[in-house]
Order: sequence, then C-alpha cells, then structure tokens
Amino acid sequence: MTETTPVLQISGLKIALPKGSDRPYALEGLDLEINPGEIVCLVGESGSGKSLSAGAIMRLLPEPHVHVAEGSIKFRGEEIVAKSETEMRQIRGRDIAMIFQEPMTALNPQKTVGWQLDEVLRLHTKMSRKERRARAIEMLERVHLPDPPSAYNAYPHQISGGQRQRVMIAMALSLSPKLIIADEPTTALDVTTQLQILKLIRELQEQEGAGVLFITHDFGVVAEIADKVAVLRKGILVEQGPASEVLNNPQHAYTRALIGAVPALTPPPLKVPSTAPVVLKGTGLKKTFAARGGMLSGKRKAVTAVKDLTFELRQGETLGVVGESGSGKTTVSRIVTRLLECDAGKVEMDGKDLLALSPREMREMRKHIQMVFQDPMASLNPRKRVVDLIAQGPIVHGADPAKARADARRLLELVELSPASASRFPHEFSGGQRQRIGIARALALEPKVIVADEPVSALDVSVQAQVLKLLADLRDRLNLSLLFVTHDLRVAAQLCDRIIVMQKGEIVESGPTAEVFANPQHAYTQKLLSSIPGRDWTPPVIRTDAA
Amino acid sequence: MSFGLPPVFAYALRRLLQAVPVIILIMVATFLLLKLAPGDTVDALVGDMGGADAAYIARMRAEYGLDQPVWVQLWRYMAKLATFDLGWSFVYEQPVSVVLMDRLGTTLMLMAASLSLAFTLGIALGAIAARKAYSLTDNLISTLGLVFYATPSFFLSLLFIYLFSVKLGWLPVGGIKTIAGFYTGWDHVVDVALHLIMPTAALSLIYLSFYMRLMRATVLEVADLDFVRTARAKGAGEFRLMIHHIMRNALLPVITLLGLQFSTVLGGSVVVETIFTLPGLGQLASQSVVQRDMNTLMGIIFLCSIIVVVVNFLTDVLYARLDSRIELA
Repeated sequence: MTETTPVLQISGLKIALPKGSDRPYALEGLDLEINPGEIVCLVGESGSGKSLSAGAIMRLLPEPHVHVAEGSIKFRGEEIVAKSETEMRQIRGRDIAMIFQEPMTALNPQKTVGWQLDEVLRLHTKMSRKERRARAIEMLERVHLPDPPSAYNAYPHQISGGQRQRVMIAMALSLSPKLIIADEPTTALDVTTQLQILKLIRELQEQEGAGVLFITHDFGVVAEIADKVAVLRKGILVEQGPASEVLNNPQHAYTRALIGAVPALTPPPLKVPSTAPVVLKGTGLKKTFAARGGMLSGKRKAVTAVKDLTFELRQGETLGVVGESGSGKTTVSRIVTRLLECDAGKVEMDGKDLLALSPREMREMRKHIQMVFQDPMASLNPRKRVVDLIAQGPIVHGADPAKARADARRLLELVELSPASASRFPHEFSGGQRQRIGIARALALEPKVIVADEPVSALDVSVQAQVLKLLADLRDRLNLSLLFVTHDLRVAAQLCDRIIVMQKGEIVESGPTAEVFANPQHAYTQKLLSSIPGRDWTPPVIRTDAA
Repeated sequence: MSFGLPPVFAYALRRLLQAVPVIILIMVATFLLLKLAPGDTVDALVGDMGGADAAYIARMRAEYGLDQPVWVQLWRYMAKLATFDLGWSFVYEQPVSVVLMDRLGTTLMLMAASLSLAFTLGIALGAIAARKAYSLTDNLISTLGLVFYATPSFFLSLLFIYLFSVKLGWLPVGGIKTIAGFYTGWDHVVDVALHLIMPTAALSLIYLSFYMRLMRATVLEVADLDFVRTARAKGAGEFRLMIHHIMRNALLPVITLLGLQFSTVLGGSVVVETIFTLPGLGQLASQSVVQRDMNTLMGIIFLCSIIVVVVNFLTDVLYARLDSRIELA
C-alpha cells in the first residue's frame, strides 16, 4: 500500500430510512475521499444526514430500520460494507476511532476514566495490565490533562467538560487509528475550550498522520480546521472542494446561503450614545446558590453565581450579556424576571423595584417584562394550540379572550408565520418556527423589555440568521428594549448595541459592542475574542437574492 | 456533625438519629389505633376461660394497668420501650422479646430467600427480555411476568399446596421442619430448605415480576445512551456491552426498588406464613391480633420498623457504592 491510497473512499453511498420517514433516503449518493493527514469537514444543518454517514462508516447504523442501500465505503482500499461483524469489531477502536459530541453522556458514568481508556487497549492489544496503565497515562499526558495519574482514577463527573472531551480524544487516539471520525466534537463546549480542543485534534492528527472526518454545522469551526469541505443538504452532496475555495468562493446556492447566514464578526457601527430613558436598571445584584442537600447531609461549598452586578438598559437598545458557561449570565436573566429570587440588589423598572414587589404586584408588572427561552420545544406547552399559547398571557391579565385570540393571529403575522397556523400544535412546527411562536408569545403582552436567554443557540445557522433579523426588526419597529444573553460572540456582534462580558459572576468589561470588539481591555475578553472559531475568516459578502 | 468518623459511620449515625422520631411516631400511632379497636387482652383471656365474674375481670384489668386512661397506658408503654423492654406476653407467658426472637429467624430466612430469588431471576429475565425486545422470547417473558404480577400470593400458595403436596406429594404442606423428624446437621438443613421452597416461590413471584419489568425498561433505556455507542465504537462485543456498560447502569433503579419493597415483603409474609403455618413473625402477628395480645403485636411492629430502617440504610449505602456519582454526606 502506498502513501497515496486514500484512507477512506466513499462512492455513491445511499442510506435508506424506514418507511414513513420524511424522505426515503437519509443520504443519496455521497462521494467522499479522505487522504492520510487530511481533515475533511462534512458540513450540514440538522437532518442533513451527516451523522448517519459516520454511522455507516463504523457500521453502527440502527439496522435494519436504517441501512446502507447502495454504494461502497472503502477503508484503505478494503470494502467496509462487505465485512463481517467480527471483522468490524476489530477495526472499530483500533483502525477507525470516533469522538462524539457530548463528552458527558459519551462516557460511562460508572467507570473511571482509566478503566474506559484501558478498555480499548484490553480489547485490541495483548499488553499486560501494567503496560496498559502506562500507555493510558501517557495518552492522558498527550492530550494535556493536568495530573494524568489522578485523572486516570477520576470518574467522568469529577472532571470538566473540556477535560472529558480530552479523555475521549485520548481514548480515540490510543491505538493510532488511521481514520478518526469526529462528530461535532466541540459543539457542547465553551468557545475558549473549543479552540483548545480544535488545536489538540490538529496537533495529534499531524503527529499521527491520520485522516480525519470532521462533522460540524459551524462554518467558523470549518474555517479553523478543514483542509477539504463537503456540504450536505438533506442527504445530497451539494458542493465539495478545498476549504479556502468553498469558504471564500462558494458555488452552490445552498452553500452560499449557509455562508451568508454566518454572522460576520463586525459589530454594528457605533451609535451616538442613546439618550432614551432607562427602562430597566439593575444595581448591586447578588446571588449565591447554597449547595444542595439539607441540614442532614452536611455542608458543601456555596457557589456565587452573580456578585455585585450593575447594568442599565435604555429604551430601544439591545444589551448583550456574554460569557461562558458558569459565568452567571443565565442567572442574570432569571433574576431580572424574578424567576429566581436574588440575595441583594435592586432591579428598577418605571421607578419600582421589581425585587421588592409582592407576588401580586409582580404579576401585574410581568406584562412589562417578558422572556424568550433557549429551547423552543421545551418552553411551549405541547398540548395547547398556538393561538392559545400566545393569547394566554393577555387573558390572564384580564384581556377579552376573543380579542386576545384575534391579536394572537395578528402577532403570528408579525413574526412572519401564517395566521392559518394559529390552530396547530407546537410539534407541527420546525425549530425556527417554534422560536417565532415563542417571540410572538413574549410580544403578546406588549412588554417594554424582552429578556432573551440564548434564543438562537438551538437553531441551525440559516434559521438563526432569520430569527436574529426578526428580533432586530421587531425591536426597531416596536421600540423594544432587549436584554440578550448569549455565549456566541458572533451573534452578539450581530445584534447588540452594548455588551457586558461576564466571568465567574462578575462583569469584567462592558461598553458599546463595536468598541469592545475593536479594542478589548480585559484579558478575558481578549481571550474570548481570540477564541472565536474562524475569527480570521470573514465570510464573503454574498448577495442572497442571487441564490 | 461528623465527629471525625469515617463518612459511612457519620452517615449511619445521622440516619439513626433521623430514624428515632419516625419509630416513636409509628409506635404511638399503632398504640392508639389498637386502643381504638374493641376488646383487650383481658377480654381474650376471659373468653378462653369460658367466662368470669365482673369483679374478677375488673381486678385483672387493674393488675395489668388496663383500667388507667389511655394516655397513662401509652406513657407507661413508651417509657418501658425506651429501655428496650417490650413487656410480657400474657398469651405465651413469656417476655415479648423472647417470643419475637424465637420467630425472627424463620421470617428473615423466608424474606432473604424470596428477595434474592426475585431479584436475581428478575434482573436476569428482564435483561434478556430487553436485549430481545419485541421478540417471541420477550413476549413470553413479559406475559409470564404479567401473570405473576396479577396472581395473589395466597392463591399461588394454595395452588402450590394442591399441586406439589396433595397431588404429587413432592413437598411438605407446611411448617418449618418435619415434626418429630429429629434431623440433625445436613439433614436438618435439607429438611428446612424443602419446607421453604413453596412459601419462597409464592412470596417471590410477584416481586420477581416487578424487578423484571423495571429491569427490562431500564436496560432498554440505557442501551440507547451515548456511552453505549462509544463502547461499541471502541470495538466492544455485545456481551461486554451488556455486562460492563448496560447492566452496571441499569441496576441502580432496581436496587432502589429492592430497598423500598422490603417492607411490603414483610407484609406479604404474614399471608404466606399463615397459609404454610410457618412459625415466623407474620404468623405471630396475625395470631396476636386475634388474641388481642397487644404487647406482642406492638413488639412485632417495633422490630419490623427497625428492620425496615436498617434495610433502607443498607440500600442507600449499597447505592452509593454502586453509583460513583453519589457521595454519602
């Protein structure tokens, strides 16, 4: 075998879906080639069939419901489709390894990190117990885990998300596989951790000379890591080529639309400081979470989620709260809406301190401050019709039910949904449409302030762009004030006039978005900005009307 | 509040302190409930004697303190209980503690046998059913489970006696050992075991079906989790997946159920012991009710409360040992 034999050669791959699915094939005629030392990104939105192609290569499809109908998958020149289950078991983990998306759930919670690393070696080698242990610890060192021997003995829940993903990578690489399949390996991680993991994958892959199939939905990540890109849409390969070509000069209309939807890292131009009245003002907010467990289970360390937070939101303005997980940004959104009682501080609206109101008075005030949540499926009652979901708020606040429902239909139009959809149930809508319903529901009470907690992070990039545009549009038309919580700096750049950067419950920096982005003062902000995947790549300006 | 003890002991101490008010509450409630029921020990004794004159009855009541107001009686009983004095059984003419200890062994043996049978067989069948979900095997196991679940233990007991003792003559009808058998050593063990087969089966089948159903459901759930997929991608075979990855995680809820059901099994043993005339706590309880032997009855309840508290504690410790994410604190 020469060096030029591709590690993986997929041709005409067709994966059949069970009868009654939305389409007969999950994948229709995929052609893909990965050479040694090459990182190929398979990009697509949810439902494009990208994860199933990984399943087909590993021969881990949920057969017989989903199965390879046609085509060939050659691993180093040998047909995978024709191999027996026993042969496949030897290949899995040894020659082809996988890294999964969610490092918490992808590791067995009941076994130590060491045990799980050891398992790969036990399954595929004849090493002694001592050799295996040495090898496992060496691998933990190679993925730069601090203190490998103690990580070896730790359970997955005892280490952080980023460290768990390092363990996954150590596990995948411990036998120097020829092909590594990484299925959204950084999607669940914070942006700074994501960058470290991407660098690590690159570094190890260069040392080992393995081919990598990298599955992602994020063009920022593609720009960071890919040599070659293949774009999937609903199971059909629409475009394939070198990364620089596809990223900067996309040919197919769908690729152009996708790339066009990636929020550019250029914040809105600096506005004249707003003199509009302050609608929401927080002062000295503080929240400490007592550790779980009652008086009989002993004391644990309390966690300070927010300490001494002060902010101002003016009318018609969007204030972004950005930070990584654990920074306290979601706690802020819950405190100001009083979904969570806070320990100290004031949240003023119309000169009234929301935190000092009685429950009855607070109910009255709620119509002025409404929330849009992250998961549009989980936050809509599945047993209610859309019109009732939207009209519920006004009806609770004493509106005439008939009028409230009529208003709800108008709101649906406002969020660009057909009024005819009013009598349908939430599950009949797509993720983006459901988020529009969530927005309509928040608007139904004609609030002054909308608090949006990661409203677009569960959505595909093209849908995300539409929802962001809708939010910006509504804000301008209705003169709304937005408190926008997000972990995604690209999204923040797109929408926010000013941002607050939070770290460990504290504001480390705040100011107009354009200023903070152009000239970050705090070391943490600088680190955040320099970790944005694909920060050096500016998505080409694409006239979407040409698409 | 750890007093510098190892965590498990500190935890045990805390659990014990928690249990004290619970047991006191149980005892007070039981005492008052029993007092609400018509008739007392003296009534039962006099009934046995074939009647007595009113003065004699009154003297007996005064002697036993039964003429005092209920609150005084309760106070006296609880004060004695605090020193672990369970009082005197007028029916057995012995201290209650002696009567109880005589019977405890049989009940514990029956329960241990029933629960271990139900648990091991239940999880094994449940796991098999889950791995072959929706197949003929699964349907067969699941149907069988449903039948066990729906059959009351007294009915099963009578069915077994009819079949294996009366018709086939394989197993003894009742009792814990052959009367006047005078077996010793190994023969004694075999004799007792033979006597326990039917009661154990009758008591365990319904619990077996619980464990089986739960195990089937959790195995199906765990088998779909991400880490099982990871293990598969590492090249692990199906057997290895089942033992190390799936069962290990699926067992946790079943263990919780095991602890919770201990008390209901104790209740179930009343019926089974009575039918098979096993000299255990269950049979003693039902006799004490009939004979208004209040001290014995209270003693049984006290003992059972303690057993349940201890078993729940052991279950929690076991759970913490098995689930790495839980710490005893």
